[in-house]
This record gives sequence, C-alpha cells and structure tokens, in this order.
Amino acid sequence: MFHIYCPYCEEHREEEEFHPKGQAHIARPEDPDACSDEAWGDYLFFRDNPRGIHHEMWLHAVGCRKFFNITRHTVSYEILETYKMGEQPTVGAEHLAREEKTAREGKTDSVQVAEGGQQAVGASDAALASVKGAQA
Amino acid sequence: MQRYSGFGLVKHALRHHEDWQRQWRNPTPKPGYDVIIVGGGGHGLATAYYLAKEHGITNVAVLEKGWLGGGNTARNTTIVRSNYLWDESAALYEHAMKHWEGLSQELNYNVMFSQRGVLNLGHTLQDMRDIQRRVNANRLNGIDGEVLDAEGVQSLVPIMDCSKRARYPVMGASWQPRAGVARHDAVAWGYARAADALGVDLLQNTEVTGFKIRDGRILGVHTNRGDIEAKTVGCVTAGNSSVLAGMAGLNLPLESHPLQALVSEPLKPVLDTVVMSNHVHGYISQSDKGDLVIGAGIDGYNGYGQRGSYPTVEHTLQAIVEMFPIFSRVRMNRQWGGIVDTCPDACPILSKTKVKGLYFNCGWGTGGFKATPGSGHVFAASLAKGEMHPIAAPFSIDRFHSGALIDEHGAAGVAH
Repeated sequence: MFHIYCPYCEEHREEEEFHPKGQAHIARPEDPDACSDEAWGDYLFFRDNPRGIHHEMWLHAVGCRKFFNITRHTVSYEILETYKMGEQPTVGAEHLAREEKTAREGKTDSVQVAEGGQQAVGASDAALASVKGAQA
Repeated sequence: MQRYSGFGLVKHALRHHEDWQRQWRNPTPKPGYDVIIVGGGGHGLATAYYLAKEHGITNVAVLEKGWLGGGNTARNTTIVRSNYLWDESAALYEHAMKHWEGLSQELNYNVMFSQRGVLNLGHTLQDMRDIQRRVNANRLNGIDGEVLDAEGVQSLVPIMDCSKRARYPVMGASWQPRAGVARHDAVAWGYARAADALGVDLLQNTEVTGFKIRDGRILGVHTNRGDIEAKTVGCVTAGNSSVLAGMAGLNLPLESHPLQALVSEPLKPVLDTVVMSNHVHGYISQSDKGDLVIGAGIDGYNGYGQRGSYPTVEHTLQAIVEMFPIFSRVRMNRQWGGIVDTCPDACPILSKTKVKGLYFNCGWGTGGFKATPGSGHVFAASLAKGEMHPIAAPFSIDRFHSGALIDEHGAAGVAH
C-alpha cells in the first residue's frame, strides 16, 4: 500500500484516496490542426514505459481533488518525490544512475546525494529513511 | 520424441518410471539461426513450434531470460474464450479457439482444455444492451453465444446470488459454451516439447541485452551468453516489450501494469463454469485441483514489480463475495502478480517495425493466454513469409497513427 504525500494537503494519505493518471509532463501540441498523423498519434497514444524512474500524474480523488505529480521507481515502487502541477521533477534517471554507480563503487559518502536528491518536495519519510539506510 | 500414451504409461510403470525421456534438450547457443524468438512464454514457444511444423523452418532459437513459461503464462487465470466484439479480434481469438479444440492431440500433451463455458454477467440495462450487441456480432462471425436472463444464469450457477436483493443484481449474461479453461503450464511445456522435437533450440537463462542493427536491418542479438546472429527476430516478451523495443530505438504505445490473481484453499467441486463480471469486477473459476481461481483488475499505475497492491485484492474479493456469499469464509492460499502490457485500444500489436526483420508480438494486456495457439500460428506465418498474416494484419502498430483502432475495451475481460 502506498503512503502518498499530497503536496497540496501537505499530509501523507493512503493509496486508496488517490488515482494514478498516467505519464506526467505531456504537452498538448499547440496547433493540433497542423499536426502530422505521426505527431498526433504520438501525442495521443505513445507513452514512456520505463523500467525505472517514472514521472506520473496522480489525482487526490477523495481528498483535495487536485492533480499533482509523483516521481516513482517502477520496479521497487519507491516514491522518490511528489510535487505540484507546473513544477519540474528534481529526481530523474540520471539521479538513479548516479546512485547505482555510488552503490557499485561502495562509496559511503553520499549524504549529499541523499539530501540533494531526496529532499525534493514531500518525499515520503519511509522512502527517505530507506534510501538513507541503504546508503549509510 | 517419446510419445505419451496409456500403453506407454503401463510400460514405464513396469520399469519403475526410471527411463522417461527429458521433455526438451538444454542446448548451447549456436552462432546463428534463421529465426530468433525472444521470450519463452506460451506465445513465443507456440510461434517456434508453428515455424518448424508448418513452415519447415527448424533452425530456430527461443531465448528466455528465466525459465520456460515462467512469466505471464504461469500467472494468469487460464480462461479461454473468443467472444470479442469486432471482426478483427473475433477472427484472431476464434482462430485460437479452433486450435485449442485439437491442441492436446496435436501436441501429444494433455493441456487439460475444458470447455466448461464462460458467463459474462450484466448488472445494468446498458450492460445487457452491450451483451446483446456483442452476442449478435459473435453469431454473425460464426462464434457461439447466447444471451441469458437472470433465471438462465441461476440455473447454470445455483450457488450465485442472482436475487434482486444483491447490491448489483444480476440481470443476465452472455454465455459462450465452447469457452473454458486450460492448464497454463501444460500449454507452455507442450509447445516446448513439440518444438524441441522438431529441432528448435530452447535457450533458457539467455537474456537479450541489445540488438545488432545495421542500415535499418536486424542482424542478430547480444545476449549474456554472447552474440547470436539472425536475419529475422520476433519479440514476444509481454510486460517487458517496451524495454526491448527501447534497445532497438523503437517506441511502443504500451504501458506495463501489474495484474494479479489469487487462489483459495482446495474445495470440493462447487463451480463448474467460469463467471466473469466487468461491472463489479471479479472473475472466478474452480480448478481441477479444487481451488477457486480469482482474477483481479490491474493496478492503475505503471509497474514492473510482479506483485499487486492490497486495495485491488480487497476490491476483487468484495465483488466475489457479493456474487457468491457462499464463499465469504473461504481462505485464500496464494496471490501473485504478472506484468501485462496494455494497449490504448485493448488489442494486441502483431507488427513489423521500422527495423527490417524485427517483429513484435505484444500488447496482449490482460487477456493473452486465450490467444496463445492463434497468436503463435499467425505470428509464425508472418515471420516465415515476411508479410503479416491476414488475421494479424489489422493489428499493425500503424493503427495508432492511421486511427484504425480496434476498440475492445468492452469485451476484454479486465478493465484497462
């Protein structure tokens, strides 16, 4: 069960209050009439489906009823950050690569990574603790 | 291949069952093959089998990163039916159904195909209108189907609550008597054994890590056991299709979601058909072993974790108990999740790609098991001829740009 931090309510709530709404940060073409079939089809149907870090929209359906964004790992399901609509993620695939490299090289001095990457708006306490624990 | 028969069983019993032949070899990879199939699940193994049997292409390898049939083939609820709405999908699933009906004999392997019928319940007036439309479409396509009222459903499934007191009263159902269930592992093993006997190399623990592509043409694959060459490569990797496509620089209109199922402790025979309800969202059958096999919906978020969320289990069991109050105190034994690759129109993708010689068979979403023989059959024909089989042609990836979608959200078993 996810324990999700809503950046508008500023509280952790249970997964059942929320609905996942698919990939975040998809820009609607400014002039749909001028789109090629290729571009319009890509906009409508083609989504990122990474095995790793995914930026996605969620709706706090039975809470504040606002949309917001989550950065989540699609294998561990760890929620790395939540942030409001219109904001940009601070955790991305390159963050993951850096973490894996650190883990591979056995560096323990990664406090800065943990804080820099994880401090992001409203990362859940559990997620923070587990990341810090793994790197300690 | 040592054929299985009643006589053979007696013969082996006299020898204390000590010299049964292994079902398939465990070969080392050759440097190259005519065709490589990536993914050793039911669809991939069926493709390899039909390539060898119907098209005489036996220099084939199936690459599987884990063990044969260890993915969604082993994680589904084994329902087989063909009552889809549109002509294109009805043709595809009915093609599979006709293969199912003779599959045990063809493979000399008991896939335990049991045509016990499938009920798709309707709980609202709109459900019933949709059911009537779908059954009429099925019959025009030569697929068996009947519309039942609540009494008809009750007489088929006496233990179901079809009364007016139910929270969502059953108003009727569509009924496909030829539909049923099959033993999922046996399907993979049967195809594997038959393909191996025809000379196909089944390479387990062989993970594809990249594609060798030059001038827009596929030349082979990189694996954890070295490079293997082939001019034709078919990818049949379900939930991991997007990852594989990414290695070839392709993008697919797929989302990978966890889909879970669960089984109860074994019970005495109590349910002799398959009951599905899209409205309250649960489906259930009883296996030959006696456990109730219950399918849940997908988790709405993307995931590759092969496990499902608890709220989804809870909602599914609420629906099951609503339909079958008799099951309210049955204990659940095991729960598991598979990763399904869902398409925007709830139909699969069987398609060529921009890379010449590289084909994808994916996007089966929540209902791929039932199509295993048909999918393998038409995909093998497409790989052999270099042109998509007429039944597979409408499922080209081009439809997401041309707009010729095949919207099967109504007939697909699980909402997605």
